[in-house]
Amino acid sequence: MVIMMEKLIEKYSNKLPRKLIDGLIEAIPKGTTPKKQEQLFQAVYDEYSNSLAEPGQCVGIIASESIGEPSTQMTLNTFHLAGVAEVNITTGLPRLIEILDGRKSISTASMEIYFNQNYDEKEIIKYASKIKETSLRTFLKEMDIDISTNTLKVVLAEDKIDEFDLDLKSIAKNFEKYLKGYKVRTEENYLLIKHNKEGNLNELYKLKEKVKDLYVHGIKGITQVVPVKKEDEYVLVTAGSNYKEVFKFDFVDKERTVSNDVFETEGMFGLEAARNLIINQIIAVLEEQGVPLDIRHIILVADTMSMSGEVLGINRYGIVKEKPSVLARISFETPLKHLISAALSGEVDNLNSVIENVMVNQPIPVGTGLPHLITKVVQTKK
Amino acid sequence: MEEQITYKKIDSITFGLMGPKIIKDMSSAKIVTPELYDKEGYPVDGGLMDVRLGVIDPGLKCKTCGLKLKECPGHFGYIEMARPVMHIKFIDVVLDLLRITCNKCSRILLSDEKILELENDYERLIQFQDDTDKRKYVKQFIAKERSLSKCPHCQAKQEKIKLEKPSTFLENDKRINPVEIRARLERIPNDDLKLMGINGVVARPEWMVLTVLPIPPVTMRPSITLESGERSEDDLTHKLGDIVRINQRLFENINAGAPEIIIEDLWDLLQYHVTTFFDNEVSQLPPARHRSGQPLKTLTSRIKFKEGRIRHNLAGKRTNFSARTVIGPDPRLEINEVGVPRVFAMKLTVPERITEWNEKYLREYVEKGPDTYPGATYIVRPDGRRKRITDETKEQLLEEIQPGFIVERHLMDGDVVLFNRQPSLHKMSMMCHRVRVLDGLTLRLNPAVCTPYNADFDGDEMNLHVPQTEEARAEAEILMEVQTQIISPKIGLSVIGGSQDALSGNYLLTQKDYKLPYDVAIDILMRIGVEEFSRLPKKKEVTGKELFSVLLPEDLNFKSPNKLYKTEPENPESVVIIKKGVLVQGIMDKSNLGEGSGLLLRQIYKLYGPKKAVLFLGRMYRLGIEVLFIDGFTASISDTDLTEDGSKEIKSVIDKAEKDVLKLIKQFHEGKLEALPGRNEDETLELKIIQILNKARNEAGDIAIENTPHSNSIDMLKSGARGNIMNIAQMSALVGQQAVHGTRVVKGYTNRTLSCFQDGDRSALARGFIRSSFKSGMKPYETFFMAMTGRDALMDTALRTPKSGYLYRRLANAMQDLKIDYDFTVRDASGKIVQFKYGEDGVDVAKSEGGKINVKRIVSDILEN
Repeated sequence: MVIMMEKLIEKYSNKLPRKLIDGLIEAIPKGTTPKKQEQLFQAVYDEYSNSLAEPGQCVGIIASESIGEPSTQMTLNTFHLAGVAEVNITTGLPRLIEILDGRKSISTASMEIYFNQNYDEKEIIKYASKIKETSLRTFLKEMDIDISTNTLKVVLAEDKIDEFDLDLKSIAKNFEKYLKGYKVRTEENYLLIKHNKEGNLNELYKLKEKVKDLYVHGIKGITQVVPVKKEDEYVLVTAGSNYKEVFKFDFVDKERTVSNDVFETEGMFGLEAARNLIINQIIAVLEEQGVPLDIRHIILVADTMSMSGEVLGINRYGIVKEKPSVLARISFETPLKHLISAALSGEVDNLNSVIENVMVNQPIPVGTGLPHLITKVVQTKK
Repeated sequence: MEEQITYKKIDSITFGLMGPKIIKDMSSAKIVTPELYDKEGYPVDGGLMDVRLGVIDPGLKCKTCGLKLKECPGHFGYIEMARPVMHIKFIDVVLDLLRITCNKCSRILLSDEKILELENDYERLIQFQDDTDKRKYVKQFIAKERSLSKCPHCQAKQEKIKLEKPSTFLENDKRINPVEIRARLERIPNDDLKLMGINGVVARPEWMVLTVLPIPPVTMRPSITLESGERSEDDLTHKLGDIVRINQRLFENINAGAPEIIIEDLWDLLQYHVTTFFDNEVSQLPPARHRSGQPLKTLTSRIKFKEGRIRHNLAGKRTNFSARTVIGPDPRLEINEVGVPRVFAMKLTVPERITEWNEKYLREYVEKGPDTYPGATYIVRPDGRRKRITDETKEQLLEEIQPGFIVERHLMDGDVVLFNRQPSLHKMSMMCHRVRVLDGLTLRLNPAVCTPYNADFDGDEMNLHVPQTEEARAEAEILMEVQTQIISPKIGLSVIGGSQDALSGNYLLTQKDYKLPYDVAIDILMRIGVEEFSRLPKKKEVTGKELFSVLLPEDLNFKSPNKLYKTEPENPESVVIIKKGVLVQGIMDKSNLGEGSGLLLRQIYKLYGPKKAVLFLGRMYRLGIEVLFIDGFTASISDTDLTEDGSKEIKSVIDKAEKDVLKLIKQFHEGKLEALPGRNEDETLELKIIQILNKARNEAGDIAIENTPHSNSIDMLKSGARGNIMNIAQMSALVGQQAVHGTRVVKGYTNRTLSCFQDGDRSALARGFIRSSFKSGMKPYETFFMAMTGRDALMDTALRTPKSGYLYRRLANAMQDLKIDYDFTVRDASGKIVQFKYGEDGVDVAKSEGGKINVKRIVSDILEN
């Protein structure tokens, strides 16, 4: 019987999607006769082929309608407090627009950092502090300006420095990089910052404020790190995203850690990953808003965005710009710019797409406008 | 009956520039005078309204094509410019060209090797789909590589060229006039232009300096005759008049040998007029204005924007044979019908070709004429001549007509029409209905199709379109009729289903012990349109379930949980079981009959097809309503009365919550409140308070439901017809926390929300917690908080609509060409593959069950039979 089943699976493996075959194997109870089994496979195949989308169907329009229609019901509330202690993340319509726009920088980048093993809470808090961007403010004990020597004295809290596994010298070295034209010396538990040339006092006062926000430790751009319990393990949810730096830590599970930044993901893992991220992010937004939507529409949008080899936004700088048809571009935005450009290079519009044929009053090449009759013209004698 | 049909198909459109020769060749008149009409009001020859440019007056004939008004498409004319002027739209291109070419020999400022290098770079250029990008890249390349001060070809010294906006070119601070520019551009060889992405064959750069200006046909700028008999000319005509006038003056001055300064001034003026003729919104120029001070609308603003030619007239068309009015409900119509007022039906017509078979009744319509229903308004002869049917012509027409003629008859019952409500966000916003001509003045539709249209009857209007050709009717019927749209392609669930009264009625009908006399049951069946009673058991009293079963298909087997299943899974009534077309157990409610889930509906649609589904839906809908008619169904204010214990309990819950909040606030002020990770104390406090209050609200709501006696309102809620627990709780127990911008109310005075509270009061009541119920009435400050949320919600919708509308427009524009090809790949307009199989498995969502093929159902169906 098992052999029989395998034969069936092989027979239908080209005809049916994997998911359906798997579902069938699961659904068929043990002890079903081979004949019945074959019958079942055939029945599923029949239903599957009856459910196929027909050639000519304008799936693009259906997908955009399916996304556009529920988007009128979504809330505009930008921020959403997911759970009690998580980071603020843009959701709803603004986030959807952001994803579909293919923006290079998003308003609230965030990462979910998974650990490669189960650490206890103390360790997790320690690791979290390693990731979070920390400025001098955290370590500051007091600040003085020595008017006689024109030096800024920054006293640091030693216990804090120890807590973060830092030493004064490396901080000083860092500072010299950021403060061009200043010299930074270390002494006991304080830093001395002095202008290379004769600096004036005003500058020093400005410097005093500036120094407070100088970067000391952690990953730049990650401003918030919150450990969140997910099922039976801890996950670090961050505000800000930086794959490259996060992956430098060896406690990070590089396979599961994800960011919500499509552009960064594309640069790090390539187009296919970016496409999947777009799909997942759109699903997440829609789910959170409680608007159900079939995944096929989302996949189609993501595929359209990534068709050209890089992620393009759905706007006049992205997909619409790539359209070969002049009239299709004109009908969207900035018509004159496209008209002039088309005139210069003598572009030819072959009237392949929908909007151009609407413009010139001809049947559109989708749906029932797709098929053509070919017939021999019989010359009638006059 | 032979017809000669010729289809002219536009194969492609090529874009390019028009040179002087092309303009002259396509022109039918040379314009020499700014005068428009002579003393008699007849267009002047050689004027801007020259009859050779087309006609806009009834009775006149076009001198070029001999056609009359509305037939003549109009013809271009031209003006010979006294001095060349720049075309404002190509200023940037001209500037680039001047900068990258030699001022002597007009070769590109690159050595031959570099040119070769650039050509080899061409492969990289291919990835720039957009020509503007390509040009930018080449410009940068040249800026980087060009030999700075000397031309590599003729060694001439190069000067810096500047553009003084809007249209003056300076070389080393010395002005170069358009004549000189034109001369330079003329010398650029086509091969060099090619490097810039300019096709020299269709777009010679010297054509960007105008020596000849085309005059658009008068049909494009018609004048309006005012009531006073005065003519008001179009903006374009005004502008062209300016151009011609200044041009003539310039000619005269040049011929008279006027001083250079005067000529220069006139030249500049001419440049200004030509510039504003093309674009009256150039940023550095004052826009040309009417005498009234309002800016002229010239060529650019005619093309651009939503109201411009492209989006308004080319991408969007207007139709005849359409109607629009207020809509109203009528459950006695079938789902796929639309009630059309008789007045409408007499205006909207359907062309029907006379054949042997329909000649008889079509003749009757013609005889009745346009003013009696059903009649006809026009007949069309085979040669295409249309004749209006009037009392005078009737006799003659009746003699004349024979098979082959077309009669435009009134709209009648059963005709195919399209019905639409804006905003047309999805394809179910425009569906095909069958006409039912009714008395009254509104369009009527079955309330079950309100959901797909998103319509209600508080004054909504809808549109009706009558397809005029056989193809259009066939497409409408097969692709768009209501029954084919029951399952939404969005999620694969039904969008059409029972609602409101239909659900309440069927819910009550299928209750366990609902019984009604046999004759009443027959009565109901008659009224909902069932005339076959054999399936109703012949008893003195029939149960509601037996009555409902009459509507079901005879061999239907079905099993599904209903809304009750969630709370009372043991109750046998919580699972609907239908065996051989008989409802054995279970209450029918929204989960099986409503839109959205509508499981029973979907099953019937799947197994018996759209026709039966629509029939069932219509009958079910009417059944629900008829049941309510018999028993009566009212919701009253006493439905929300609580028992005394209930109110007490609710009060104690709220009091406790308020106390808890105060405790928290005290902790916070004492600094004892521990911050949650990632939050400061302040945020933590807010979060915790919200938690407590929400919990209290939910608890109070639950108590309210438990302590509300059974009533029609509760039935409504339980059947899913309308309302939810929250609504009841808000009416009987408390309204709850009001949120503005997702937080508790904070805005107002410094540190407090209203002046009746103390500074820094963070307690529940002071931050928008409404502990009164709608029925008991709200305190003044509570009313104020409620109004705040109301405004917040209003703002939210107002701001959201345009945003999501724009998102939708962008999506639709980007993806409108994607279609499934004959090889089942998804391709765009140019044939590029987007997906190898639609949605990775090729399944059409509208044909699936919630986007999936239900393997389990198939297996159990086959194994059980």
